[in-house]
Amino acid sequence: MRKPTAVAAGALALTLLATSCGGAGEVEESAGADLNVSVGVTDDTVTIGTHQPLTGPASAGYLAISQGASAMFDYINDQGGVHGRRIEYLVKDDVYDPTKTVEVTQELVEGEEIFAMLGGLGTPTHSKVVDYLSEKGVPDLFPSSGALMWNDPEQYPLTYGYQVDYTKEAKILAKYVAENFPDAKVAYYYQNDDVGSDSIAGLDQYLADRVVADAGYESTAPEAVGGQISSFKEAGADLVVCACIPAFAALGILNAVGQGYQAQWVITSIGSDTPTLRALLKEYAEDDGLPVDQLLDGIITSGYLPQVNMVDDPWTRFFTEVHDKYGEGELTNTRIYGMVQAVMFAKALKAAGENPTRQSLLDAVESMEWNGPGLVPFASTAEDRGGHAGVLVQQYRAGDGEGVMEQLQEPMVTDRDGGEIVPADFDRLGPDEYDFHD
Amino acid sequence: MASSLRRDDPPATAAAPARPAAPRRRALPVLARHLAAAALALAAIAALTFLVGPLEHLRIARVGYLLLAVAGLQILVGASGQVSLGHGAFMFVGAYTTALTVLHAPAVPLAGVMVLAVAAGCLAGVLVGAATARLHGPYLAGATLALAVGLPALALYFSDLLGGSNGLRFALRGTPPELSGLLTDNQWKALVVWLTVLTALVVLATLSRGRLGRRMRAVRDDESAAAMAGIPVGRTRVTAFVVSAGCASLAGACEAYLLGTATPSSFSLALSLSLLAALVLGGLGSLWGALWGALALVYLEAAGRELADLLGLGSSVADNLPPVFFGVMLVVIVTAWPTGVHGALRRLGGLSARQRTPNPPSDPPSITTTGA
Amino acid sequence: MNQFVSLTFEGIANGAVYAALGLSLVIVYQATRVVNFAQPALALIAAYTAHTVIRATGSYWLGFASAVAAGTLLGVLTERLLLRRVQDRSPLNAVILTLGLLLALRGLAGMVWGNLQHSFPPPMSFRDLEAVPISPEELFALASVALVAAALFVLHRFTPLGLRMRAAALRPESARLSGVRVGLVLTAGWGIASAIGALAGMLAVPPLLSPTVLDAVFVYGIAAAVLGGLDNPFGALAGGLVIGVGLSYVSGYVGSELTTLAALAILVVVLSLRPAGLFSRATVRKV
Repeated sequence: MRKPTAVAAGALALTLLATSCGGAGEVEESAGADLNVSVGVTDDTVTIGTHQPLTGPASAGYLAISQGASAMFDYINDQGGVHGRRIEYLVKDDVYDPTKTVEVTQELVEGEEIFAMLGGLGTPTHSKVVDYLSEKGVPDLFPSSGALMWNDPEQYPLTYGYQVDYTKEAKILAKYVAENFPDAKVAYYYQNDDVGSDSIAGLDQYLADRVVADAGYESTAPEAVGGQISSFKEAGADLVVCACIPAFAALGILNAVGQGYQAQWVITSIGSDTPTLRALLKEYAEDDGLPVDQLLDGIITSGYLPQVNMVDDPWTRFFTEVHDKYGEGELTNTRIYGMVQAVMFAKALKAAGENPTRQSLLDAVESMEWNGPGLVPFASTAEDRGGHAGVLVQQYRAGDGEGVMEQLQEPMVTDRDGGEIVPADFDRLGPDEYDFHD
Repeated sequence: MASSLRRDDPPATAAAPARPAAPRRRALPVLARHLAAAALALAAIAALTFLVGPLEHLRIARVGYLLLAVAGLQILVGASGQVSLGHGAFMFVGAYTTALTVLHAPAVPLAGVMVLAVAAGCLAGVLVGAATARLHGPYLAGATLALAVGLPALALYFSDLLGGSNGLRFALRGTPPELSGLLTDNQWKALVVWLTVLTALVVLATLSRGRLGRRMRAVRDDESAAAMAGIPVGRTRVTAFVVSAGCASLAGACEAYLLGTATPSSFSLALSLSLLAALVLGGLGSLWGALWGALALVYLEAAGRELADLLGLGSSVADNLPPVFFGVMLVVIVTAWPTGVHGALRRLGGLSARQRTPNPPSDPPSITTTGA
Repeated sequence: MNQFVSLTFEGIANGAVYAALGLSLVIVYQATRVVNFAQPALALIAAYTAHTVIRATGSYWLGFASAVAAGTLLGVLTERLLLRRVQDRSPLNAVILTLGLLLALRGLAGMVWGNLQHSFPPPMSFRDLEAVPISPEELFALASVALVAAALFVLHRFTPLGLRMRAAALRPESARLSGVRVGLVLTAGWGIASAIGALAGMLAVPPLLSPTVLDAVFVYGIAAAVLGGLDNPFGALAGGLVIGVGLSYVSGYVGSELTTLAALAILVVVLSLRPAGLFSRATVRKV
């Protein structure tokens, strides 16, 4: 490192200094974008977009969401669209890598000129584009993530949450467990990120003094779940609360069976997609002479959307019909998750009027009385954008063929903190009365 | 693997970003020539940003910082013969240094942030370089591979400070108010990234033309011979690691500056491997190769996505087309052009240049010869 | 105490899988001086082949056999059709070639079989035995890897092919002069390695199969190979067990977020003491 290097390094410092006089992190507030525009709306189409993991490790769990939404938009378009316009739903692959999320979101906003972003997936990913979307004036509806930051009208005026808040959900579930399993020794099994920490914040409100073991998992280290389960077994836990995605719920259940460990499994909604769990476990377990339904029988879960095995629900019947005609693969709750996003977006778009602008879409969302398809009230007002506001508690019962979901507790709503848990009060409309396409 | 990196063509210089063989310019000092070339390049890129749409600004900036990371790897692999599969880890260091500085000391100017990132990267380079100084070929590759996979786990372990798997998010100053009518934020950031990158490249090019470069090539070609000629082999190898890590770290800082994020999942093994792929694809032994490699990383992927849209295929085919396209292109290019894009271009250029200059400029003679 | 035993057995079983993958990498490395990044993709295609066969026939063992056959075939084809073209150039080119192949084949698997996860059966029951916390599935993994290693040892030491393989790897030119068909021997090496890779895949995949399922396993496979020393195939066995058991303890007692860091730590510590792996023979270069 002799003289020329020193000179060059000095030049680097000086030139950079000249280009940025102030601190790099000192940012001024920018003025809001004009929302009275109809970017992405033509006479016969409305273009919207989303970022989803279509390849890479995360795609295995989440690919089905955008597939579900695509199938629903195909159905809506075949019914004549919304106000005579087809909905073009563009799905861009971000591989669950935030640097790619930023890139594909800019492509969607500036290249494809989307009208709105619908259901951008993932906390690490979507959190990196919310600022950008609000700066560009792009409505950011129903991100596919239960993080708290989507419910922050001050900071992100264009963002409206969708998924039930992990803390509220865990709190309702914890109260149910505390009342119905008063003697249970509890283990927490959770994903090591905000899914885990937010869920524990709710669980601890009712279960803190019953916890005998807790262990997180990294979604990047699939080979290492046996250790967590054996620690639960060692601690003598007889009830495992699992705040985890379906693949890790499945791994946990299998490891428990493998180790001869019997416990009551309680799984929060993100991991309780029983059709997916069935598919994940089926061939592995049945090779060993274990019918998959026997593994899943008795699992307690929480939920806020209609589910595949709620065979009497009008929305489930409707989703099954749409899926049979437009979908691929087997209908799962993950696909329904995407279908519900699509239905709700279409309803908001319809309410935004014949000539929608971004502002009128947002106004429609804010003033909407959501009567379904979710099983609980949905918050998208000026003050509260928490999305689905509560959960019901249910139990999987093995039957002939597909099992059924038995409701243990009606839909309840609550807040994140010490507030009461009260029954949800709302009317739910069926798909026929729900005004979401022409 | 070290010795087998020797190549049959004359040892290529890690050339400055422009090296036409005009006799008058050879009189200028090396550094001045490099600076002039960098200034020209920056002007050209600035002009380019006005010609293309807003979407390209982000990609141009990405090419910039990937170029720097690959160039750093070039110094390590091409010049000193050490193979690292873990340079994404140094980008991780740079990105998190930037994130922490911006979040906890927002008053530090951008230049200061960049300098800190380089310092942190060099420090990491010293540690890794010293820990791996005795390793060769695949052993070094294996250890650095573990580094690429292991280091981002720090963000999970220190999740209070480093944000866990969701990473850190921060806002950075965009276009200065005086220029806000003229340049968009992305355009401005692309220019700042390229200014940083070009400045670092000038340093790199100057270094590799100097004593350090000669020593590194000597060590690459034959370690024992270099040692006998009095070159401190161990120190040279570590120095190469440090320079290279500093570059990668600065590249990571540029990425963080551009995107306002630092997330562990961005610094995956795939990133480290694609940096090495870009290096070989572009061509070992020249900084130009780093440019072709960085261009390939950004634009082959984009081309794959556009191809998928264009063909209107079934969803699982279309989803997977971009990685397949990139993989196939890798296979085709390394098979068809063993010396990378730069080698292929040089052969093309060489045919015409040989007719004009009988003695093409070559390196100062190094102490080794290329012999088996 | 129970947890310790169960972590140990889980670590040994995982370690056997890493060892098998490491073994396949070492064989390829010895034959052609290339770290084969395409190995997980070859094993992946083999596993998907098995999955298809098992679904169609209902027989796990038919699927197993087809996986090994598919793995062998893919290895042979890779060497013959692709690697041979870049062999005489820098080994880095060959490494990048296998990297390109990894991306292409993994994407291809996603195109054909989709990116969603499939349930994948275990070779034997995954339920632990009464007496010890180890399952027949894990025992099978251990036994099959041990068997492969023993067969490889016999092949190396006591058969003409093994002798030729060693000769072709050490001194290709003189081997060729003494009548060894070096090309054929290298192809055989790739075939054997990929068959072992396919075995590793069959052991590593259950319960869930998706295109990226072998990525993490592959990293530990490389670590096992490097840890054991690349000039000794049996080093990979020890390397795999060290990594498997070590990571199992770290994940069980410290936290799963530290497993990758622990792998790095093990590698750095061992290699700083023995720069060419646990079982390296000291080689002094003559100048």
